[in-house]
Amino acid sequence: MLKAHGITKTFGEGPSRTVALRDVDLSVDYGEMLYIVGPSGSGKTTLLSIISGILRPDAGQVVVKDRDIWTLDSDALAGFRLQTIGFVFQDYHLFPRLTTTENVAIPLILRRESWEQSLAQARRTLRIVGLETKEGLPPYKLSGGEKQRVAIARAIVSEPDLLVLDEPTASLDGETGRMIVSFVKENILNAHRAIVIVTHDSRIYEYATRVVRMEDGHIIPGGG
Amino acid sequence: MSGLLRIALKLLLNDRGKFVTLVIGITFSAFLMTQMTSMFSGILHQSAANIINVGAKMWVMDPAVETPQNSIPLPNYVLDAVRSIPGVKFAVPLYIGAGLVKLDDGTYQAATIIGLDDATLFGRPTMIAGHILDIYKNNAFIMVKDANYPKLNSPRIGTSFEINDHRAVVVGLAHTAIPGLFGLPTLYTTYTRATEDLPPTRYQISYILVEPKSRTDILPIEAAVHHLGYLALTDREFIARNDRFYEFKTGMGTNILMMTLISFFVGLSIAGETFYMFILDNVEHFGALKAIGAKSRELIQMIVFQALVVGFLGFGFGVLLSSGMIALAKLKIPNYAAMVTYLTLVLALVMVLIISIFSSYIGIRKVTRIDPFDVFRG
Ligand SMILES: Nc1ncnc2c1ncn2[C@@H]1O[C@H](COP(=O)(O)OP(=O)(O)OP(=O)(O)O)[C@@H](O)[C@H]1O
Ligand SMILES: [Mg+2]
Repeated sequence: MLKAHGITKTFGEGPSRTVALRDVDLSVDYGEMLYIVGPSGSGKTTLLSIISGILRPDAGQVVVKDRDIWTLDSDALAGFRLQTIGFVFQDYHLFPRLTTTENVAIPLILRRESWEQSLAQARRTLRIVGLETKEGLPPYKLSGGEKQRVAIARAIVSEPDLLVLDEPTASLDGETGRMIVSFVKENILNAHRAIVIVTHDSRIYEYATRVVRMEDGHIIPGGG
Repeated sequence: MSGLLRIALKLLLNDRGKFVTLVIGITFSAFLMTQMTSMFSGILHQSAANIINVGAKMWVMDPAVETPQNSIPLPNYVLDAVRSIPGVKFAVPLYIGAGLVKLDDGTYQAATIIGLDDATLFGRPTMIAGHILDIYKNNAFIMVKDANYPKLNSPRIGTSFEINDHRAVVVGLAHTAIPGLFGLPTLYTTYTRATEDLPPTRYQISYILVEPKSRTDILPIEAAVHHLGYLALTDREFIARNDRFYEFKTGMGTNILMMTLISFFVGLSIAGETFYMFILDNVEHFGALKAIGAKSRELIQMIVFQALVVGFLGFGFGVLLSSGMIALAKLKIPNYAAMVTYLTLVLALVMVLIISIFSSYIGIRKVTRIDPFDVFRG
């Protein structure tokens, strides 16, 4: 469903110039739970941002569901992200002053679905992640693992084709991290969806369907 | 309301502390601005009392006169000259001056004396007791029953006192549209008696009141009077001239303008600062919204909406507060000059909108500059 080809990205100029990605190729298929692993600074977040339409590459092509996404203008790109991609951020980024339900409903509201329908769908999704009892609470009253489940609910509420998670377990203890990831694999992954997870948490490797290893802006051949 | 605006509203309302600070800041600023400008428009209104109460369509005066509070006497030939201008239906003299009233108990009180043309009584007040024709009786004066009426010990018909050492008898009580600015009681009499009883100068006509035959005669009359070396103004022009006098030549206007601007800047800084902090608190979440797929335009809509909500709330409360204060003050102080007009409201609204626009502008700058990649990297 996703093919990235020849992705190159540099940051900065002069002495502070950093080549974050050099000529990277990557493809992802439906039904995959792909891990991108590697040492800090190897370019994992940069690659994930480029394939999900957040960061523009200096060179290369990303084709998602037959669309060459980096030829789109910024509004069309925002529309693409909204329709196709679900994001889970490392520090959740939930609005502390909205209830969990309202937070989860945001992608639907951005899609201009009605308030009532959005909230109803958000409640159903909270049930999927096992948080139906936390509906009316603000996120700061939840534990770290619960917050991450709310973030996952927000990412999947609009049924995206591709779910991207950057270090989803970094702020969680080991047991909770494993629970979250196994939950994602069992309940969220399906034949119509692909999941890409960036992590260097080796405790969760067992849940991957495929692992690619990065080092210094490259994907190591056969490094899984 | 669209779901996004609803989210924007919840973000704002649920941040109770900042929301209250924003609304109070703008309320205070709108309150002060309406209060200042209402006070000034009340002063302007009352300072034009004579023009409005007499009600003539056109006024002829010495070119140096800037306000009906003082007049410069006109020689008698000007009256004849004005009467012979084509387009003048009729022209009559008016006397406005100050008289010193000596009350029964021996105390003195200054008063405004208005002398109406003997033949026509043009510019007469509305009678509430007695008959206007009694003004022709010996030493007759008609007293205006307004907030300053008690200052002459609330005289009744038949009460007598001395004005400038001449005997005066109250023969009627009258009502006028608005009280004057300086808190002086007003007495009407005939032009002849006014000019006889008050210290004579060489000339005695304060103003010549003119009734044009039609509206189209106004400009030619003004030109003809100008040719005579005098100034003819319609009542509106005279009120505008009086306004300009108070606005620019008394220091009152400048002071009030300064106070209004200070109130504006106080509101601007409180609201601008608080709103900026509000946006800063949420900036990463706005960045996350951007990553998820919100367009910049949608984020701008949310911010402008939030700024307008606090702006209109603050404006509403501010106006309510100042109207309430003014109404209360008017109950207690009959002469209280402040007056909330459409102009003062529009002015305050425009100032508040500028505050809202400024606040949202700094918020928008902040939010459109966040890069979702930075949010993503954490
Ligand atoms: N906005 C930026 N400006 C300058 N350099 C950047 C920027 N973003 C990333 N880099 C650099 O690009 C390289 C790759 O960064 P990236 O965040 O993709 O690494 P990562 O593999 O995700 O590391 P980590 O595991 O620590 O999250 C790093 O050397 C980083 O310093
Ligand atoms: Mg990273």
